[in-house]
Amino acid sequence: MYRYDEFDHAFVGERVSQFREQVERRLAGKLTEDEFRPLRLRNGLYLQLHAYMLRIAIPYGVLNSRQLRRLAMVGRRFDRGYGHFTTRTNLQYHWIKLVDVPEILSALAEVEMHCIQTSGNSVRNVTSDPFAGAANDELEDPRPWCEVIRQWSTVHPEFSWLPRKFKFAITGAAEDRAAVLFHDIGLKIVRGPDGENGFQVFVGGGMGRTPYVGLEIRPFLEKRHLLSYIESILRVYNLHGRRDNINKARIKILVNQMGIDKFREAVEADWEQSRKDAVDLPAAEFARIKSYFTPPDLVAGPIRDEKVEQRRITDPVFANWLRNNVRPHRVPGHCIAVIALKEPGRTPGDATSEEMELVADLAERYSLDELRVNYTQNLVLPHVARADLVALYDELAAAGLATGNNDLLGDMICCPGLDYCNLANARSIPIAKEIAKRFADPVRQELIGPLRLNMSGCINACGHHHAGNIGILGVDKKGTELYQISLGGSPKDDAAVATIIGPGFRAEAVPEAIDTIISTYLAKRSEGEDFLATWRRIGAAPFKEALYGAA
Amino acid sequence: MPNVITANRLIDGVVVYLAADGSWVEELARAAVANTEEESKALESEAAKAVAERRVVSEYPMAVGFEDTIPVALSVRERIRASHRTTLTEDWYDVPL
Repeated sequence: MYRYDEFDHAFVGERVSQFREQVERRLAGKLTEDEFRPLRLRNGLYLQLHAYMLRIAIPYGVLNSRQLRRLAMVGRRFDRGYGHFTTRTNLQYHWIKLVDVPEILSALAEVEMHCIQTSGNSVRNVTSDPFAGAANDELEDPRPWCEVIRQWSTVHPEFSWLPRKFKFAITGAAEDRAAVLFHDIGLKIVRGPDGENGFQVFVGGGMGRTPYVGLEIRPFLEKRHLLSYIESILRVYNLHGRRDNINKARIKILVNQMGIDKFREAVEADWEQSRKDAVDLPAAEFARIKSYFTPPDLVAGPIRDEKVEQRRITDPVFANWLRNNVRPHRVPGHCIAVIALKEPGRTPGDATSEEMELVADLAERYSLDELRVNYTQNLVLPHVARADLVALYDELAAAGLATGNNDLLGDMICCPGLDYCNLANARSIPIAKEIAKRFADPVRQELIGPLRLNMSGCINACGHHHAGNIGILGVDKKGTELYQISLGGSPKDDAAVATIIGPGFRAEAVPEAIDTIISTYLAKRSEGEDFLATWRRIGAAPFKEALYGAA
Repeated sequence: MPNVITANRLIDGVVVYLAADGSWVEELARAAVANTEEESKALESEAAKAVAERRVVSEYPMAVGFEDTIPVALSVRERIRASHRTTLTEDWYDVPL
């Protein structure tokens, strides 16, 4: 993974000192709250319902065990012993004291972490394929490019005051595991006409109040021109994006108002006349960054391991975990293990300090000290030898971290909602817990098959409800929490925005409504069809009828 | 409608309510209740002073109801704030509705 050089250390260190001074000035009365708010937000510090919330960047979801242990320490010493992994693959602490923040930032800087640009109208944490560098369907590791964008966008003077926040996602794999088409700019590494890899560039995807699937702006961009091209996109947005209405300020609104063809023309015109030589990364600098992501020296081994086979036969719970949470690795004899933060009863995405420490130990012992955070709020060990799977599973299971529901109904995405968040209109965590309880049976979950259930506590859609096969949105209707259900969304290559199915449900009726939807799907599905395929074939009517009765 | 003043404590963000003696307390039950516009204004000016003194931030008046004579929050949001709790426990509806 990328390691800070002297410049990086000095830069982050300076930011910590600056913020220490800013907090001191706030506490001494030299800054009012109005003056202080933009400064704290620049450092990922929000004031929420019960306390301050600090959002720590985990660049493209990559962590080592030293960093995860440090996060565990922060949780134990400065919070209530747990943290929340987010859909931006960041980590949030929800019970932070303002007076402690400078010390926390110092502790994070020591392990090459910070909170810069985890808030505000800037380029946010770049997200990527959680299996990057390990997946067997990968054309090229996207992480060096993520790091290039991270360095380029950090306190970029031209793009520090964008009309609104800006999110990138990059994948280099055949399967989109990063919801690339729901980003302001989505990049897919593809093979070009002459056999070279380059980027397929999408723009204007997003969720929130007005969801859009990203549109292709360029089918193929030479890799060496990445920075100049995305700079032109951002420049057109910075110039023409609306600043008068926060709800219409994201690039997706501009792209859809101009139309993709006109927007493309504007970008290409800017790009044509731009100083590409001054902006594009020199090959030597890219080679330097890329060298941090050299593939580990794994020795290919047998794809069949006797211990795993034995256990698979004798232990159905292990077999369930193996089927759903273990994914193929590009090196035979190895695999990728998803650690679900989703067992019934847990707040989706929450991990205690003890759990973080355990996972850090396991990463050190079984995964070459590497860890990933998935946007679906799980952790990933990317390089596990097949021969170690049983031992790994036993340690995870003993800690309640071996729930085998990855990409099944229980693997819900869920924002913090009204239990923590100042923006929320309704709670999401208790609803997620209740649904998890109802569908706790792993046999039933597997019978239902792949299903993405996403839930947000407000229209801002941090819980990606628009991209859920089943999406739940909490709204406030005259002081009562009400939940709108939508169906048919997809975060994958066949990206789609889910359709609202009908009037909302009261909180206590939501699990039953989900059950009705699932029963309808099971009754109507054809052999081998997953939920999304059935929805696409039969449409909304059968679900509406089951939920609301015949029209 | 009867109301109280709520805010977050500056140094740690904890939810607090303005009490009759001018202190900021974590229990809604101990909050000073304003029943008239005049009483509301008095509480608001007291709160503005506390903001200037950097004791609290994000202050605002909040409507309350009563259980016996004890003020209680009306909206779900304010019930959650007043409870100082979240859903870490396993019960459905940790904060009763």
